[in-house]
Amino acid sequence: MRHEIVEKNVGLLAVLILVVISFGGLAEIVPLFFQKQTTEPVEGLEPLSPLELAGRGVYRREGCVGCHSQMVRPFRAETERYGPYSVAGEQVYEHNFLWGSKRTGPDLARVGGRYSDDWHRAHLYNPRDVVPESIMPAYPWLFENTLSGERIDDEMRVMQTLGVPYTDEQIANASEEVRGEREITALVAYLQQLGTVLKDSR
Amino acid sequence: MNNFWGDSLSSFWSAWIIVITLGTIGISAWLLFANRKTDKTPDAEGNVDTTGHAADGIEEYDNPLPRWWFQLYVGTVIFSLGYLVLYPGLGNFSGLLGWSQESQWEEEVARAEERFAPIFAQYQEVPIPELSQDGEAMQVAERIYLNNCAICHGSNAKGGYGFPNLTDDAWLYGGAPENIVHTLNNGRNGLMPSWQQLGSENIENVTQHVLSLSGNAEDAERAEQGASVFASVCAACHMPDGTGNQALGAPNLTDDAWLYQAPGQSLADSVRQTLRNGRNGHMPAQAAYIGEDKVHLVAAYVYGLSRED
Repeated sequence: MRHEIVEKNVGLLAVLILVVISFGGLAEIVPLFFQKQTTEPVEGLEPLSPLELAGRGVYRREGCVGCHSQMVRPFRAETERYGPYSVAGEQVYEHNFLWGSKRTGPDLARVGGRYSDDWHRAHLYNPRDVVPESIMPAYPWLFENTLSGERIDDEMRVMQTLGVPYTDEQIANASEEVRGEREITALVAYLQQLGTVLKDSR
Repeated sequence: MNNFWGDSLSSFWSAWIIVITLGTIGISAWLLFANRKTDKTPDAEGNVDTTGHAADGIEEYDNPLPRWWFQLYVGTVIFSLGYLVLYPGLGNFSGLLGWSQESQWEEEVARAEERFAPIFAQYQEVPIPELSQDGEAMQVAERIYLNNCAICHGSNAKGGYGFPNLTDDAWLYGGAPENIVHTLNNGRNGLMPSWQQLGSENIENVTQHVLSLSGNAEDAERAEQGASVFASVCAACHMPDGTGNQALGAPNLTDDAWLYQAPGQSLADSVRQTLRNGRNGHMPAQAAYIGEDKVHLVAAYVYGLSRED
């Protein structure tokens, strides 16, 4: 039997297994890299401002993605509650994606503009102050920490190499723009723009 | 816009997907049949085939696949081909059923619309004061309120620090049906500027004057001294008598409703803070989120809240 050759050469077996399972990715994933819907931004999509980008950093650091998804799925129950379903074109400037996979809290893909800045601040300082039954942790240190602005230009440069259309001028001014701002201001700025590009397409 | 798959694959990538998908299915089927054994009868000496594997003298039989397993495999191949005919999967071929994620969502929404639109349309006809007395309508409205409004105004609608109480008689922008509808549809932006530039002496005096309007002054002398600044600066929005202006959302300062008194904070501190730093009340517009029909219902609910008992 010829399959004895495969069974007795573990290296060969591993290579062949990789070849076989790569077919799925080749058919399902690779074409997406070349498809307009996934590579072209929806109309009106702008890269995050330095402050919003810093807020995104806070969002990642605090692990918000562990409990909040950013993906409204195309079901009526979701579009009724959150707004229009998410599309790939909204995410072309996202590196990395913060879609999340768990909803201990609500989805945040369209939270921008939904509540006032004051509400977000009160809620992040202590969620129980505005939503008594909330189990979300409080983030009071965001009101004390200030942004140094030291690495934001590097971060934007990385984004630029990944295809986010930041201008060199924007990058040059970025540190100045965010220096001294409180982390809470950056996070609220980030939250308030989430999903606002397609907000009115409902 | 908003189509996930559609027809935007180039013909190359469409062909790429079709070839890989069908090729994989074909190879899987070939693998099954090419390696299939059907014969497991022992030879003349009574020996059956073995794979040649032996461990400690125990050999592995080389028997055919069990029939049920073989049939299951064939079944999956047939299923996958059937699926690819009916549903989108083969590149740009959209499947005989014409199914898509968007159309499924649209149908779901259309079904709900068909079921609920007549109910909402019926409520839309009823004037708000009357609708607020309709128990069934208010049950619906309460659900909408809890899902959309309670997060700021509280599930008991009593508001909180910076979020107006909807159950009292104090209205920043008016409590008539049309005012409530306008607030819901378009949102509101309250702006009280910072008066830091008046200097701390004046701020102290105006604070006491403001408190005196509702009979809460702690220092009558200062309250009197603050009168002139109040008349020249504050009266423009809050009116000379301090009763406020609903067209601007300037609160009535003569009543007992204090939007920005934090828990544990003295009234004087809260007024002082407002004068120093200003306030920015923002109610987001709800029309885009819940639509006019639901705005009408929620308006009736809110209208009813302050007129209970």
